[in-house]
Amino acid sequence: MAAGVATWLPFARAAAVGWLPLAKKTMPKPPVDNTSRSDEILYVNVSGVRFQTWKNTLDRYPDTLLGSSEKEFFYNEDTQEYFFDRDPEMFRHILNFYRTGKLHYPRHECIQAFDEELAFYGIVPEIIGDCCMEEYRDKKKENQERLAEDTEANEAMDAPLPPHSTSRERLWRAFENPHTSTMALVFYYVTGFFIAVSVIANVVETVPCRPPKGSVKDLPCGEKYQLAFFCMDTACVLIFTFEYLMRLFAAPSRCKFMRSVMSVIDVVAIMPYYIGLVMPENEDVSGAFVTLRVFRVFRIFKFSRHSQGLRILGYTLKSCASELGFLLFSLTMAIIIFATVMFYAEKGTKGSTFTSIPASFWYTIVTMTTLGYGDMVPNTIAGKIFGSICSLSGVLVIALPVPVIVSNFSRIYHQNQRADKMRAQQKVRLARIRMAKKGTANAFLQYKEDRSVGDRQSNSTALCVKNRSAFEHQHHHLLHCLEKTTNHEFTNEVNYSELCMTESVGFRTSRSTSLSSQQGAQNNSTGCCPRRARRRAAMRLANSTVSVSRGSVQELDTLHVKTTCIPPQTRSSLNAQAGDLKLNCGEQDFTAAIISIPTPPANTPDESLPPSPAPIPGILRNTRATAYTSDTVKISSL
Amino acid sequence: MVRHQPEGLDQLQAQTQFTRKELQSLYRGFKNECPSGLVDEETFKTIYSQFFPQGDATTYAHFLFNAFDSDRSGSIRFEDFVIGLSVLLRGSVTEKLRWAFNLYDINKDGYVTKEEMMAIMTSIYDMMGRYTLPSVRDDSPSEHVERFFKKMDRNRDGVVTIDEFIETCQKDENIMASMQLFENVI
Repeated sequence: MAAGVATWLPFARAAAVGWLPLAKKTMPKPPVDNTSRSDEILYVNVSGVRFQTWKNTLDRYPDTLLGSSEKEFFYNEDTQEYFFDRDPEMFRHILNFYRTGKLHYPRHECIQAFDEELAFYGIVPEIIGDCCMEEYRDKKKENQERLAEDTEANEAMDAPLPPHSTSRERLWRAFENPHTSTMALVFYYVTGFFIAVSVIANVVETVPCRPPKGSVKDLPCGEKYQLAFFCMDTACVLIFTFEYLMRLFAAPSRCKFMRSVMSVIDVVAIMPYYIGLVMPENEDVSGAFVTLRVFRVFRIFKFSRHSQGLRILGYTLKSCASELGFLLFSLTMAIIIFATVMFYAEKGTKGSTFTSIPASFWYTIVTMTTLGYGDMVPNTIAGKIFGSICSLSGVLVIALPVPVIVSNFSRIYHQNQRADKMRAQQKVRLARIRMAKKGTANAFLQYKEDRSVGDRQSNSTALCVKNRSAFEHQHHHLLHCLEKTTNHEFTNEVNYSELCMTESVGFRTSRSTSLSSQQGAQNNSTGCCPRRARRRAAMRLANSTVSVSRGSVQELDTLHVKTTCIPPQTRSSLNAQAGDLKLNCGEQDFTAAIISIPTPPANTPDESLPPSPAPIPGILRNTRATAYTSDTVKISSL
Repeated sequence: MVRHQPEGLDQLQAQTQFTRKELQSLYRGFKNECPSGLVDEETFKTIYSQFFPQGDATTYAHFLFNAFDSDRSGSIRFEDFVIGLSVLLRGSVTEKLRWAFNLYDINKDGYVTKEEMMAIMTSIYDMMGRYTLPSVRDDSPSEHVERFFKKMDRNRDGVVTIDEFIETCQKDENIMASMQLFENVI
C-alpha cells in the first residue's frame, strides 16, 4: 500500500459517518487496534550515520525489514537504536522510499550493490519509480549480459576436459579450440595453409603464362599446367573433405552443425570439385561447370574460423541487418526516381547513352556513390541539373545508416576485447586462488607437524602456537576432526609422489572429487600412476574440507589423504564407489620401516561399494622417512 | 503556485477536540501528501477512489468534498480537514448528525429533497460497482430513498429538515449505537 493511502485511510473511515443514518443493516464492529497510538521517533544508526524517522513512516511497508519486527534483531539496547552495518549512502535512498513512497535509483551506484541493499532491506526492485525505472532496467540488463558472458567464458573452451570424455568429445574440443593440444594446433595450421594454397592456386590459375613452344597466344597458367593445378586442387579438396567429415563426426549435434554457417561454407567450397568429377566432358554442360568453379572462391571464407576479426565483421553485418535493409531500400527508391528523371531528361538528345530506364540505373548508382566513371554523361541542361541533385542526395542517403553500423561494430569489437580481458583476468585470479589454497594446505600440514612434534616434546608445544590467528586454529581443528572422522590423514604432493615413486606393482590409487564444487571442478591428474586415471572413484565429502572461505573459489587443490589403520572405519562421511580402492594398512610410525598388510576391499564397511573385482594381493613394502603408509587416497577438495 | 499555511497550532487546538500531538501527527501526514497545503477536488477524488477499487467513487467523493470544503473555496485546507475530522471523531452525536445532514443537503439550503437524496444514494450505490451479491437493481437506490423518506419525513411535505432528521435518528437505536463506531480511528 502506498504511503498516501495509509495516511488517508483514517479520514475515509471517519467520513463513513455519513452512511450511518442511511444504513439498511447494523454496522460491523470496528477492528481493535492495540498498538500504541502515539508516534515516536526511531533512531537508526547505519555505520555511524544516524538517521531518525517516525515509527509510522517505517510502518507504512510492513513486509520490509524496517517495517516489520525483523528490525528488532538489529536493536542495540545499550545505545537505544537500530544498528545496521551497511552502506549509509544507500540507506539514504532506502529511507526516502519510506518517506515518499517512491524508490529512486542512484545513477552513480553499482547496480549489483544497489540490488543487494534492496534485497537486504526486503524491498522489491519492481517498485522503482518511473523516473528511474528505465535507467535501472538498462543497467540491470547490461549487468546480466556481462554475467552471462562470464559464465560462458568460465565453461568455455579453455576449461580442462572432463575426465570421462569420449574421443568424439575430445575431437570436437580440438576442432573448436585448437590451443588445447598440439595435434589440434598442427591441424589448425595445416588447414589454414591449405586454404591459402587453394585460394592462391585459384588466383594464379588465371594469370597468363608464357605460351608453350609453337604457339603465339598467351595462355592462362591454368591451362598450361593443367595437371599440376588439378593435383593441387585435389589435394586441397581431400583435406577439406576430410576435415568436414571429421567435424561432422565429432559434432555433438549433427543437425545443428549441418545447419551452421561454417559448415555450409565448407560444403559449398568442396562441392564444385566433386560435381566437376561427376560431370561428363560435355561442351554444353562445361559452360555451367565453369560457373560452378566460381564457388571455389568461397574457400576464402573458411578463414573466418581462423580469424577473430572476420567473425566480428560477420556478426556486425548480421546485427545491423535492419539498418542495411533500410539503406538498401532507400537507395533503391532513390535510384528508380533519379533513373526515371534522367531518362526522360536525356530522351531527346541524339546519341544519348541513356537508352532506357534500366540503363539509367547504372548512371544513377555510379553517381550516387560518387564514383563517376564517366561512361554515361548527361548532355542536356536539365539532365545536368538532375545529375547534380542525384550525386548530392547520394552522399546523404549513404551517410545516414553508416554510423549505426559503425557503432554496432565498435560495440561488438569492444565486447570481444572485454571477453579476452576477462579470460586473462580469470587466469590470474585462478592462479592467485591456487596459491592461497596451497598456502592454507601447507599451513595445516605445518600445524600438524608441529603438533605431532609437540606431542613428543611437551616443552616445545609453545612453538606450535606461532603467529596463528584464531581463525586458523579453529580451521585446523576442523580439518583435524575430519581426519579423525575418516581415519585418513592429509599430506602434500611431495610426500605423495615420493610414495608413488617407491611403490611397486599392483598399486592403485583412487581419486575423489569433492562435490562442494558447483561447477563440477575436476580433479587434476597426477603425474604419477597415469594409467590408473581411467578408473577413478568419486568420493563425496559431506563436509568440505580445505575449502577456503575467503572469497569465491573456483579452483581445485589436491591434497592427498592417506589411510591409517584398517579395522572397520568410521567412514560415515565417505561414500566410496571405489571399484578399485585398495587399502593397505600399516602402522603409522615415525621412524621405523613400515610393513603394509594387504586387505581385500571387502573389509571396508561401506555398503555402497559396488562389487569389486578380485583384489590384487597387497605388497609388503618398506617406506621410511615419512610416517605414512602405502596406500594413499587422494581427495580433491574445493 | 498556490500555497496555504494553516493557522497556528493553538488556534486549531481551540477549535477542535484534538490534542496537540494528534494535530501535529495529522498535519505531518497531510503535509506529506499535499506539500502545497491544499487539496483540490481532483486529488481528493483520486485519493478517495483508491479505497473503493471496485466501483466508481468519484460522485460520492464530490459530495464529500463539498461537505468538507465549508467555505466553498474549491480546495480543502488543513483547517477544513481537521475541523471536519474533529466533528466526525470527537464530536457529540448531534454534531455528527448535523454533519451528515450537511452532507446530504447538496445545495446547503437546509432541506434535503428527494432529488438530493436520490443523487447521494445513487453515488453510494455506484461505489459498490457491478459485481455484488445480489446485484444492484436499477431501482435499488430509489427504493432505498423511499424508505429513508418514509422514516424521516414526518410531516410528509417531501423534504426532510434538520430537526426532523435529528429527531428521527435519535429515536433509532441502531443509528445511535453505530455513531460510536469510528471514534478510535485516530
